[in-house]
Amino acid sequence: MDLRFSAEELAFREEVRGFIRDNLPDDIREKLQLGHKTDKSDIVRWQRILNKKGWAAYSWPKQWGGPGWTPIQRMMFLEEIQTFPAPEVNPFNVTMLGPVLIQFGSDEQKNRFLPRAANLDDWWCQGFSEPGAGSDLAALKTAARREGDHYIVNGQKIWTSTAHMADWCFCLVRTNPQAPKKQEGISFLLIDMKTPGITVRPIISIDGEHHLNEVFFDDVKVPVEMRIYEENKGWDVAKFLLGNERTGIARIGKSKERINFSKQKAKEMRAHGKPLIEDSEFRRRIAALETELKSLEITQLRVLSAQKANERRQDPLTAVLKLKGTELLQATTELAMDVAGPLAMPDWADELDALSNEPELGPVWATEATRSYLFLRAASIYGGTNEIMKNIVSKGVLGL
Amino acid sequence: MDFDLTEEQRLLRESVDRLLADTYTFEKRKAYLAEPEGWSRALWSQYAELGLLGLPFAEEQGGFGGGGIETMLVMQGLGRVLALEPYLTSVVLSGTALRLAGNAALQSELLPQIAQGKLTIAFAHGERQARYDLSDVLTTAKRKGGGWVIDGAKSVVTHGDSAGKLIVSARTGGERDDPKGIALFIVDANANGVARRAYRLRDGMGAAEITLAGVEVGRDALLSEAGAAYPVIKRVAEAGIAATAAEAVGAMETMQKMTLEYLKTRQQFGRPIGENQALQHRATEMFVALEQGRSLAMLAAMMVDEPDAAERQRNFAMVKAGVGQAARFVSQNAVQLHGGIGMTEEYAVGHYFRRCMVIEHSFGDTGYHLSRLAEQVA
Repeated sequence: MDLRFSAEELAFREEVRGFIRDNLPDDIREKLQLGHKTDKSDIVRWQRILNKKGWAAYSWPKQWGGPGWTPIQRMMFLEEIQTFPAPEVNPFNVTMLGPVLIQFGSDEQKNRFLPRAANLDDWWCQGFSEPGAGSDLAALKTAARREGDHYIVNGQKIWTSTAHMADWCFCLVRTNPQAPKKQEGISFLLIDMKTPGITVRPIISIDGEHHLNEVFFDDVKVPVEMRIYEENKGWDVAKFLLGNERTGIARIGKSKERINFSKQKAKEMRAHGKPLIEDSEFRRRIAALETELKSLEITQLRVLSAQKANERRQDPLTAVLKLKGTELLQATTELAMDVAGPLAMPDWADELDALSNEPELGPVWATEATRSYLFLRAASIYGGTNEIMKNIVSKGVLGL
Repeated sequence: MDFDLTEEQRLLRESVDRLLADTYTFEKRKAYLAEPEGWSRALWSQYAELGLLGLPFAEEQGGFGGGGIETMLVMQGLGRVLALEPYLTSVVLSGTALRLAGNAALQSELLPQIAQGKLTIAFAHGERQARYDLSDVLTTAKRKGGGWVIDGAKSVVTHGDSAGKLIVSARTGGERDDPKGIALFIVDANANGVARRAYRLRDGMGAAEITLAGVEVGRDALLSEAGAAYPVIKRVAEAGIAATAAEAVGAMETMQKMTLEYLKTRQQFGRPIGENQALQHRATEMFVALEQGRSLAMLAAMMVDEPDAAERQRNFAMVKAGVGQAARFVSQNAVQLHGGIGMTEEYAVGHYFRRCMVIEHSFGDTGYHLSRLAEQVA
């Protein structure tokens, strides 16, 4: 048992840190330091810089354009990106679709989509949830009827993040409504968002932003060669996708960044006549969060250490990473918002976007800290709610 | 970075588990508790035969040169069965004090005796006014002839009732709370002027309030240079935190196991109570707390020999606070999920609960360490 990283691993971390420092465009860096949100063009620009270096598809093998990193290198890369902070690569492209294509795709599908996904030439979104299929994902109804060498897709998806900026959507559809088990009649399709019959309607979330959408499919023609893996075996692909995302699941770097950010801003804010950073209650809150984060960090290293021995073993500790990771992410964004005090209340998003000669608004970081708090209430909902995760652990791990 | 055990460490764990599985059923434990000292001298000899009592000592002192991981494995095993023997006080605390204080003559005299199971030594440091402050020592040691005279009182000295010798902290200089001016002495537990009032802690372990009135010791009783023992005392407390973190993890494992077993077998409303989602989720939260606690116990085991004192201090504060919270959560819910039977003396879970409560109040509780961490936020 040894906590120390090897000299090569430490050098790797320095290399990543140096690369971000030297290559993250100044305007994006400034945006993130001020707490502004990034937009699609920022993410595309940054991901292409990473891809040129061969790092964008950080979890993929070399053969398919990834760097072929070890689990520890992947963890270090993510943590450096998150704490710097730099924009994170598009997760739909890199951590969701990529590994699915590599595992289940035909050579033709791999060659066509993987390089474009890594370079963010195609922006992907995920069409899984439906109005009647949230936690009970296998209850999905969107139907794909076979007609010659096409599927005709009809139905509705919901909570589709970034569908309004996406070029493609990977979708779960029902190809056999008569299957004895609902999991057995599902297929995994790649759908071009420009296909006639697709309508995207925005859903504004509680942070006031447009991330989410409803997507309607009305007689949408999808070529059969856009199906991944076998017909009616899409559930296997979905399970692989949902279980695949392990290294980044705890988002420890992001929680660390929120704590660092809070400490920084707490030096500027005041409480009881002195800087907030000197307030004992505030300091204790940070101490408690850092303690929990420390133990999650060790838990993550335990998972990585076991992964070294067996890359694809299902590790029950992954559930700890998800449950604690999201709790801490939410607690740290809550902390950052609370630092702002009354400045947490204003919604300046629109005003700050516009140039104006009126009295100055600000600080930007305060309104953005609240936005981040509001947005990340979703962290314990998306990808399966924490309550569903607890159901899974109690049955699968505890045998209840 | 890896979390793998070496072959020797795996064998150590197996032999500890094998010994304890045979000797520490809950019924047998009750019999040990009923012995005058509250633990088993016969079992202590078996620990010695297995090499456990000299595990962290150097080979020339009758030991096996084990480190933090080895101690973790033993303590975790002891925690699983709620062992009563003075391993923590004699081998871990007093052993660490002797090893680090550096009096070679005392090391070669005493460490082999500990390793052979012939002698137990209690670490008599805490005082009633001190709460958890390690530098709050009022007991004094004054020079007399070539030796020292010790006066003062020590409080809640675990296994101080049964120990053959005591390691006593006393001031050779400085005022209350001054880290400078503290010394450690080895004192015969039956020396003139030593009075021990024995009692049991809430978890059944023996302890004593000890007064020292004009206790005379020779110059060779000093563990290290007079007045310079505070860094050693801190290291002893860190070793205690690491060891009890592992012990608490062992205790949590057993509580978790018992609780799951109960949830699966206890029938109410015509079905196992474990089919209720409220209880399933609670059990999952216990699992999360246990694993987070285990991570910290591992961190502690790897930190005991960290050379950077500030780094050690910060990490041990986190370990103690984090394991304390985890153990409190797991033990309170283990009792809760058992319902009425969990409240009874005759059922094991309440004994584990009380051991965790005692551990939490050793070496600084959760609040104590969190506020220390809070002071250092930068």
